[in-house]
Amino acid sequence: MRKRDLIITTLVVLLIWQALAMLLQRDILPTPIAVAQAFVANLGEIAKHSVASGFRVIASIVIAVFLAVPAGLGMGQIPALNRIFSPLVYITYPIPKIVFFPIILLFLGPTEAAKILTIVLILFFQILVPVRDEALNLRPELLNSVKSLGAGRRALFRFVYLPSSLPIVLTTVRLSVGTAVAVLYFTEVTATYLGLGYYIFLMSGTVFDYAATYAGAIAMGLLGLVLYFFVDWLEKRLCPWKFAV
Amino acid sequence: MIEFREVTFAYASAQPVFDRFNWSIGRGEAWAVIGGSGNGKTTLLMLLAGLRVPTSGEIVVEDQVIDRPRPRTGLVLQEYGLLPWATIKQNVALGLRVRNFYGPDGRHTPVEHVVGPIEALVEKWLKRLGIEAMRDRFPAQCSGGQRQRAAIARTLVLEPDVLLMDEPFAALDAPTREDLQNLTVELQREQNLTLVFVTHNLEDAVFLGRKILVLGQPPHTAPVVIENPQAGALAYRSESAFFEMCARVRESLTHYALIAAAAHA
Repeated sequence: MRKRDLIITTLVVLLIWQALAMLLQRDILPTPIAVAQAFVANLGEIAKHSVASGFRVIASIVIAVFLAVPAGLGMGQIPALNRIFSPLVYITYPIPKIVFFPIILLFLGPTEAAKILTIVLILFFQILVPVRDEALNLRPELLNSVKSLGAGRRALFRFVYLPSSLPIVLTTVRLSVGTAVAVLYFTEVTATYLGLGYYIFLMSGTVFDYAATYAGAIAMGLLGLVLYFFVDWLEKRLCPWKFAV
Repeated sequence: MIEFREVTFAYASAQPVFDRFNWSIGRGEAWAVIGGSGNGKTTLLMLLAGLRVPTSGEIVVEDQVIDRPRPRTGLVLQEYGLLPWATIKQNVALGLRVRNFYGPDGRHTPVEHVVGPIEALVEKWLKRLGIEAMRDRFPAQCSGGQRQRAAIARTLVLEPDVLLMDEPFAALDAPTREDLQNLTVELQREQNLTLVFVTHNLEDAVFLGRKILVLGQPPHTAPVVIENPQAGALAYRSESAFFEMCARVRESLTHYALIAAAAHA
C-alpha cells in the first residue's frame, strides 16, 4: 500500500463526510471540521482514555499470542495433543465468547482483568486455529531434512515450527487488532470510568456532545490503525523473506 | 560399513516392501539405487537415514543399530528441504546451529563435535559449492541448481561419512544436472563418502553408481546388484560402454516388471 493512495483515500472520505453533514444539517452528524475542533479541545481527556484503552488492547493481544501460539504449535506438532484438544476447540470455537463478559464480571468484578480476559478469550481461538493448521501442514521434506541434520523435537520447534509460524502469527495479530478494538468498546461501556468506550458512551448518551462523541470514535479508529501499521512494520522486520524479490 | 540384516519393512497393514532383506555397503562405495515409483526407493533411503525403523531385523551403520537419524549420515532430498525464511548462508549453517544447540551429546551431535563459531566453516562450503554470491539471498531467489548446491553444502558442512541422496537432481535441467553429477563424484572422492544415490533416472544411476541396486516390484527379498566399475569417470558419459550399461539396467528393470506382471496374472 502506497502512502499517497492512503492520503487520497482519507481525503475523499473526509470530503464525502463534509458534504453529507452540510446536506443533512443534523446535530447528530457534525462536520469533520467540528469533530477536529472537538478532538483538539478535548485532547487531554481523549489522551487519558486512549492510554487506558491502548493498554487493554495491547495487553490482551500479547497475552493471547503467548498462550495461543505455543498451544497451536504444540497441537500441530504432537498428534496426541491435537486428538485431545481439537474436539474441544471445535465445539467452543463457534460460541460467541463475548456473551461470557457478564459472567466474567461476576467472577472478577469490574476490574482490568475482567476486560482483558474477555478479549483474550476471543483472540485465543482466532490465533490458535490458524497457527495449528500451519504447523500441521509443514512440508514433510522440510521436517525430514532438518531431522537428518540431527534435530530432535526441541530443535525442530526452535528452528522450524517457531519461525515457520511467524507470518501466520502476524496475520492473526493483524486480525486480532480489529476484533480486540471492537470487543474493547463493549467491555468499556459498563463497569468503568476509563477508556475510549466509556468516553464515547458518555459523550453520546449523557453529555449529548456529538462532536466529542465522534472525536472519541476517531481516537478509537486511530488506535486500531496505529497498531495495524505497527504489525506491518514488524512483519517487514521479522519476515524479510516475504518481501524479497 | 552399512549392513541390512534380515530387514522387513511394511507400511501399516500393507504387504511388506522389504522382506528379510540382506544388503551390505562397504566404506567409501558409491551406490545408485534405481527403480520405478512405488518400488520402495524412498523407503529404503528413509530406513538408511533412520527416519523410518524396520518392522523387524536391523540396519547397522558403523557397528551401531540405527533407530533414529545418525549424526554423521547426511541426507539430501529432491525438494531441497531448505528453510524458505532463512538465507542461503543461514540454511548452510543450520546443521551446525542444531549441533551447538544440543552440544556434543552423541545422540543429536557427534561426541567429538566442538561447539564453536561456525562462520568460517560455512564460508568454506559456500565457496566449495560455488554459491558464495548467493549467501544473503533467500531460497526463492535462487535457481534450482543453486538451491541443490546449498542443500549439499548444508549436509557436507557437518562432515558426514555417509551421504544419502533422494532424486536430488530430478527437477533440474540437463546441463545443471550433469554439473551436479560431476560435483557429486568429486565430493564423494574428496571426502571419502559412502554414497547412496536414489533415482529413477538411468543416466544418474549409471554415471554415479559404481554399484547399482535394482529395485523391481516389492516385496524385495534379495538385492539385485549390477557392477558398474567405470562410473564416475567424466569421459564415461559419452562412451558406448555407458549406453550399453544403461541398456542393461533398463533390461533388468523391465525384467523384474515382467516377473511381477506374471505373478499378478
